[in-house]
Amino acid sequence: MKKRQPLITYLVTIILIYALWYVLSLLLGSNLLPDPFLVLRQGISELDKVLFWSHVGLSLYRILAGLFFGFILAVPIGLFLGSNERFDRLFAPLIYLGYPIPKIVLMPIIFVLFGLGDIGKIFLITMIIFFQLLITTRDSARKISKEVIYSLQSLGGNRWHFYRHVVWPISLPGIFTSLRIGTGTAVAVLFFVESIATRKGLGFYIIDAWGRADYPTMFVGIIALSCIGIILYEVFDLLERKLCRWKNA
Amino acid sequence: MGNLSQRVMSNNLLCVESLSKYFHGLNEPKRVLEDVNFTLSSWDSLAIMGPSGCGKTTLLLIIAGLLPSSGGLIKIDGEPIDGPTRKIGLVLQEYGLFPWKTVGANILLGANLQKLKIPEKRLSEFKSVLGIEDLDHLYPHQLSGGQRQRVALARALILRPALLLLDEPFAAIDAITRERLQDRLLAVFGQRQFSFIIVTHNIEEAIFLGKRILVLDNRASGVKTVLENPGVGDLHYRTKPSFFELSTKLRSILEELD
Repeated sequence: MKKRQPLITYLVTIILIYALWYVLSLLLGSNLLPDPFLVLRQGISELDKVLFWSHVGLSLYRILAGLFFGFILAVPIGLFLGSNERFDRLFAPLIYLGYPIPKIVLMPIIFVLFGLGDIGKIFLITMIIFFQLLITTRDSARKISKEVIYSLQSLGGNRWHFYRHVVWPISLPGIFTSLRIGTGTAVAVLFFVESIATRKGLGFYIIDAWGRADYPTMFVGIIALSCIGIILYEVFDLLERKLCRWKNA
Repeated sequence: MGNLSQRVMSNNLLCVESLSKYFHGLNEPKRVLEDVNFTLSSWDSLAIMGPSGCGKTTLLLIIAGLLPSSGGLIKIDGEPIDGPTRKIGLVLQEYGLFPWKTVGANILLGANLQKLKIPEKRLSEFKSVLGIEDLDHLYPHQLSGGQRQRVALARALILRPALLLLDEPFAAIDAITRERLQDRLLAVFGQRQFSFIIVTHNIEEAIFLGKRILVLDNRASGVKTVLENPGVGDLHYRTKPSFFELSTKLRSILEELD
């Protein structure tokens, strides 16, 4: 029952959005807001095209690569800092300074350094995910009580066991929350970086259709990008339920 | 079970000699323990009492090898303690169980960390005597306070330590459950070869469980007095006149210290 509920919620929400969209398209005129059924037809026809899937595939690749690198860099550092007070104090000013800087404004510098190709785009997504994930992971790891540490040590646990059996599991729910929130940001950044100096990816697909005033295609792109965000969100949610059973038991 | 107080006290299992502990304060070191001396035999029990902040828990953590001492020597089986050892088990008041592990995984955690194979027979015997047979698949937050502490006891005892250290293990538990847990601990103690030291604020608990009761001083932070408790080991001890006599005596000593 529990698993089916989100599916029903999604279905009801989609139907409601469609109904609202249809009413608005009638009121505003189909040029500005196309008929949702026209968009649906356009979407279905796009599903057959290799070119559409290459846009989707490339966007997915960029976002997954950004999330992956953000994860493998931020999580170990976050776990380490959260469980080592001395290093945490040493690096705290750097993190406090780095976190609020809107990374997106660094885009020109990053593009100059890494070029206009995939590396620059992935690097920017990585950077944005990195700080969010680092702070959440570090703060989760800080919550470890002395009692748990004493228990582990008295049971013969070493430094590796401490990370494996204490720091990692205690931080995991926070990591997943951060990944879910980060996904939304990553999709937004992806759209932005793909709308500039590229001819591949859903960002380009949307901007290109917009430029041609092909609004049904533009909406297909918007929906496709939203689907990537929703699927990633749900995957992280599912993984959290599987890996953090103790939270929901 | 027999009369535990009449067991032959063989060699010293634990020797605490001139133990002291200071913490670094802002201006001068904060003295927590000063010249603490006592010994513990095999299959022996000791209750430690004293006013709040007198260093009871600190003493226990030093014996467990989890905190360094500032001076003195502690030996177990004649060997100095310089870190956590398999010979010593520890049960804390709360949070000692890992919330993200099931009861079954919690019980076997020490064995897994040390790559020990626990015989199925021993495992089921411990679960049975502690009354935690059917809890393996649950998580600690799904258990009652009493069940949690029984699991914590099982986790420490399954490794067969020579000495079990208990830091106010039943403090957060209601009076009736607490007495049942004390009975269970005594029952296991009657069957298994280990010694234990229990730190407690509860006078009845100290008298019911400790063959000797060591009272720590609050000012000098050394040992104020050690009371012998020959009646320990009797499950009906709580209703005996000697229990009340000792309880009154202990209460007056503690009141003096406050």
